[in-house]
Amino acid sequence: MTADAVHPRTFGAGPSRRHALFAGLCLCCLPTLGRAAESFAIEEVGPGIFVRKGLIADATADNDDAIANVGFIVGKTGVLVTESGGSLADGRWLRAEIVKRTDKPITHVVLTHVHPDHVFGAGAFVQDKPVFIGHAKLTEALSARGEFYRKRLIDLLGEDRTGPVVYPTMSVADTAEIDLGDRRLTFTAHGPAHTTSDLSMIDSGSGLLFPADLLFVNRIPSLDGSLRGWLTEIERLKTLGATRAVPGHGPVAVDLAPALADLSGYLTVLRDGTRAAIAKDVPIEKAVTSVAAEQRDAWALFDTYNGRNVTVAYQELEWE
Amino acid sequence: MTHRIGKTLSTLGLGVVLATGAVSGPLVGMAQAAGASDTEHERAARWQEIAKSIFGDRQIAQTDSLVKIDAPVRALDAALVPITLTMPKDGQIKAVSLIIDDNPAPYAAKFEFGPAADPAELKLRVRVNNYTDMHAVVETQDGKLYEAKQFVKASGGCSAPMGMSDEEAMKGMGDMRLKFAETAPGKPVEATLMVRHPNFSGMQMNQVTREYTPARYIDKLTVSAGDRTVFTMTGDISIASNPVINFAFKPDGKPIQVAASDNQGGRWQHSFNPPSPTN
Repeated sequence: MTADAVHPRTFGAGPSRRHALFAGLCLCCLPTLGRAAESFAIEEVGPGIFVRKGLIADATADNDDAIANVGFIVGKTGVLVTESGGSLADGRWLRAEIVKRTDKPITHVVLTHVHPDHVFGAGAFVQDKPVFIGHAKLTEALSARGEFYRKRLIDLLGEDRTGPVVYPTMSVADTAEIDLGDRRLTFTAHGPAHTTSDLSMIDSGSGLLFPADLLFVNRIPSLDGSLRGWLTEIERLKTLGATRAVPGHGPVAVDLAPALADLSGYLTVLRDGTRAAIAKDVPIEKAVTSVAAEQRDAWALFDTYNGRNVTVAYQELEWE
Repeated sequence: MTHRIGKTLSTLGLGVVLATGAVSGPLVGMAQAAGASDTEHERAARWQEIAKSIFGDRQIAQTDSLVKIDAPVRALDAALVPITLTMPKDGQIKAVSLIIDDNPAPYAAKFEFGPAADPAELKLRVRVNNYTDMHAVVETQDGKLYEAKQFVKASGGCSAPMGMSDEEAMKGMGDMRLKFAETAPGKPVEATLMVRHPNFSGMQMNQVTREYTPARYIDKLTVSAGDRTVFTMTGDISIASNPVINFAFKPDGKPIQVAASDNQGGRWQHSFNPPSPTN
């Protein structure tokens, strides 16, 4: 486990399933509601690298979907936004934090994958006319789901806090590099894993890996791509030469090897448990409550996401 | 809420909430509870309307023994809601129909059982588009109808986009697997039939083209043991993509034949050797 690992219940405790299901609002479970100042501290995790930890929670009416680790990297020629935020309001907050610290132009915004908690802040940066970088499959993924996510966020947050769907202007099909003058960001477009549009990057200045949601720490991973693919991409992340990483959810910076080990641990249990259920003719509706149950205490928001993960895994593995 | 039974999309309130279905990521639990505000009275009236359009003036009596529906009260994935229909083993049941009252095409599936069937338990996966009552209606050998009901909370199952392009979704269309559970000699065999087919509902929008992917779904499936029918299924867009059906049959050692067709003229046929009962 990483140095930052703490029992998941201290991370603004994930809602129990019953509460999570109650119209998706969990007002009774979160110890701090809304945008408490201490939750929104930006930390400098490396030279010129600033990250804000996302709330360990689902999107609610009070939290602007600020549930992912967002941040920026200041280079000689400009600023690169590592994750844009979960809503226009969240993106605006991030942009204000950038402007407080530097006059340099915001030249690049990374759209790490299709999920709304990572890309709906992009609307706040359109005024900067940056390059919006995304996986080659991100455009089709946003085409299929962008409007759905937008409508759901409008229901939760209102139109003025939600923002538009922003599409990438630069597509990465395999690898790419961005030069910020005194540091380079090297991007990798991954095969289907967490989603079908996962993009990671490494900063040459610090050696830090930004795997986005290919890495969850302490908060349960959500499977929305390919389970076997994710395990493969984890192996790939190990070859990129980084020892520390900024995960998509969890502490702002972690030692990579133990964090990947914990993540693989969960995904392997999910895979093997689902395969065993399929082999024993355990039907999908029963598998969702039995598979990976032993991992429950290790992950915040387990009850909200594990059953769905099993559903996705079952559909993937039953054709093996 | 006005609804139209059948497939006429033009009259559907397409304000139906999109995608809590294949979308497995965030905001899934936030789906608007379409249909949640309907009263018992409204639901009962809707059922009367549907039952009449399907079964005409035939009487349908309530039952709690001739068929039971097992469905999750709240679906984890509206585009893949697992349903179990349990019926008595004594051969009384001739056919069972599943109706999802508030779906755009409510008549989800009909199974007619043949001489090789063991109808006791049937499982299938469906799409649920609104919070809704589901009804199972069985027909007994003497021609009488009986119904059971279950309420399910889910929305957007019919309009949930696939997680991939249409081309990818159609890869391997018509491929099948048939898995057999362990069995003892003389006992019915439980089997799981898997058919690769996107079952496009016709309500899934491609945002790039702004067009709906045309409905393409399995409309007929026939399973036989040798030359005796196990069941014939008539299906519609409420059946989830890549259909998986669990059923039981009385083996006679002969191969199991599965024939499938879809509404766009696709035709597929496969033959499977049943396991020999272990001694």
